[in-house]
Amino acid sequence: MSIDVRTAAPGPRPGPGSDPTDPRPKPKPSMSAAAGISHETGWSVGDRVGLVAAWVCGISLCVVAASIVLFMAWKGIQFLHLDMLTTSPEASLDQSKTGGFLDPLVGTLLLTVIGIAFAVPTGVAIAVWLTEYGRPSGLARLVESGVEIVAGTPSIVLAIFGLLVFQQSFMGIFSFTAEGGAVFGRSFLTAGAMMALIALPLVIGSTREALNTIPRHVREASYALGKDKASTIRRVLLPSARSGIATGATLGMGRICGDTAIVVILLGASMQTTPESGFLGLFRGTGSTLTSYVYNNSPAGEGNAPDKAYAAAFVLLMIVILLNFVVSLIGKRNKPQWN
Amino acid sequence: MELKEDQPQNGSGPAADVPPLRRIVVESETVPIRVGDYAGPPDPNYGREPWQVGAGSEGEPVWVEERMRTEDLSIAYGDKRAVKDVTIEVNSGEVLALIGPSGCGKTTLLRSLNRLVELTPAAKRTGRIILDDQSVDDFDVTQLRSRVGMLFQQPNPFPMSIFDNVAYGLRERGSKKPRKKILEPIVVDALERAGLWDEVSSNLSHPALALSGGQQQRLCIARSLAVSPEVLLLDEPCSALDPISTSIIEDTIVELKSEVAIVIVTHNLQQAARIADRVAFMYLGDMVEQGAAGQVFGAPREERTQDYVGGGFG
Repeated sequence: MSIDVRTAAPGPRPGPGSDPTDPRPKPKPSMSAAAGISHETGWSVGDRVGLVAAWVCGISLCVVAASIVLFMAWKGIQFLHLDMLTTSPEASLDQSKTGGFLDPLVGTLLLTVIGIAFAVPTGVAIAVWLTEYGRPSGLARLVESGVEIVAGTPSIVLAIFGLLVFQQSFMGIFSFTAEGGAVFGRSFLTAGAMMALIALPLVIGSTREALNTIPRHVREASYALGKDKASTIRRVLLPSARSGIATGATLGMGRICGDTAIVVILLGASMQTTPESGFLGLFRGTGSTLTSYVYNNSPAGEGNAPDKAYAAAFVLLMIVILLNFVVSLIGKRNKPQWN
Repeated sequence: MELKEDQPQNGSGPAADVPPLRRIVVESETVPIRVGDYAGPPDPNYGREPWQVGAGSEGEPVWVEERMRTEDLSIAYGDKRAVKDVTIEVNSGEVLALIGPSGCGKTTLLRSLNRLVELTPAAKRTGRIILDDQSVDDFDVTQLRSRVGMLFQQPNPFPMSIFDNVAYGLRERGSKKPRKKILEPIVVDALERAGLWDEVSSNLSHPALALSGGQQQRLCIARSLAVSPEVLLLDEPCSALDPISTSIIEDTIVELKSEVAIVIVTHNLQQAARIADRVAFMYLGDMVEQGAAGQVFGAPREERTQDYVGGGFG
């Protein structure tokens, strides 16, 4: 079939051939029309299908995201009462007397702070070593694969590994030791340490990226002023990478907030925060987070109080969305720009 | 002491308003001059700035003071020799321009003077570099670099305030000390010498990266000057700047040459002609020719120099 595309799809701009005095060569409509090519855009049928599919997929994702937020907001606001945020969970057969989720909320914040406090210094140190030293290169490659392995390990595996490690008797100071010497292994400290491993690859990744975008001549300018590597890292490179470090830390906090497996295995089964006696008792004690609260109250858990699960899930979702918002705010802050 | 008198070709570029000056070019191959050595008979111009030596002192010699020199300096990256047996001296009171096509080794030569080239793992150096009669290897590298400052192609202020940028080199080991009060006069002086003071005096606490490209580059000059270097190495300092910023920087360089020995690498022959007193032409790692700017551009001795400068000055 031969279609003259110029008449089939009249465009606003006259192309070659539309003017009889135009010296440019005329297009050959019969050939290109047979090949399914429009002269308007030059897109083939396959490309057009792909484009439509990309649009549909993109919009569907927006629909999914919006329905998560809207559904959780609908359920959450329906069941959420302010006193839930201020009362501790209680064990009771009567749902009206089981209290709120103050302890899980505080537990989430506490665990996030502990995890980030471990992850940021360690992650920044690893990133600085990899980008600024990285020698011998074999060791650097080994460190990189180590980071990848940690990043790829499922959190339930990290959790069970953590339990194995922290139940050793010499790890007793991090948790509760029963009479007879058995180490419980579960506490905010031990869960926080494993949470740090979840955040670590994110901190390392974004710090490395930030350090790599600093041009070499900026480092050399510092050396050329008589500064050694240590002060260059401390006074020039780390301040320049500040927003990258903050991005990694915030992403890591989002991941820690949302992780369930480590909490269920390493933070104990009690919904209430239960500090140990003695030094740093709160950190050595057990507790819960919003994720374990949702899990325990969901129809899958023992509590079977989905109302409270929805309310807590909504609060958790708000926290994570807020953290993502902070990430994009940090990204928009003007980072140092060199040519 | 064998001295050769040379009449420089003044009258091109911004140097034109400076009275023409007579200059003694010392042939470094035969007479190495030590610091403070006096070239010629008693000098009535002692203590005067070089550009004040001029019309009224026709025939009078000029104070020449060597700051640095290289002796048979070779630098190789692995098997590739980037700089081959270069002997050259750097004097205070004048601007030395290194010219030559890309990859001829001029930047490597420049970076070797403050041992920045050693940051490249494969780089190997033979031959000697002397700063004030002492091999640069005898210095602590950080001390050497505070005496031999450097400016880069791209303006690269640090992400901190204008004040902190200039004070950066003065502070010990990255600490905030000494206090601002002690540093302030030095910072102000450095900014004045770099010609930036009038533009930034009211906003010293503003971030340096908010300045324009030309201002950033002058801030980098001030940052280098704050640690009182004897030599300033400039690696194509104007290549990222617009013509107006370039001409301001060139004026600053000409003004600074009385206090700091200046070595500039440039691809811009017009720029070299405008600001350089002495020019060295390098080709494939060889130092082909060095001499007064007027001689190298006007009457080059070597055919390769002729071919290179001929394009712009034929």
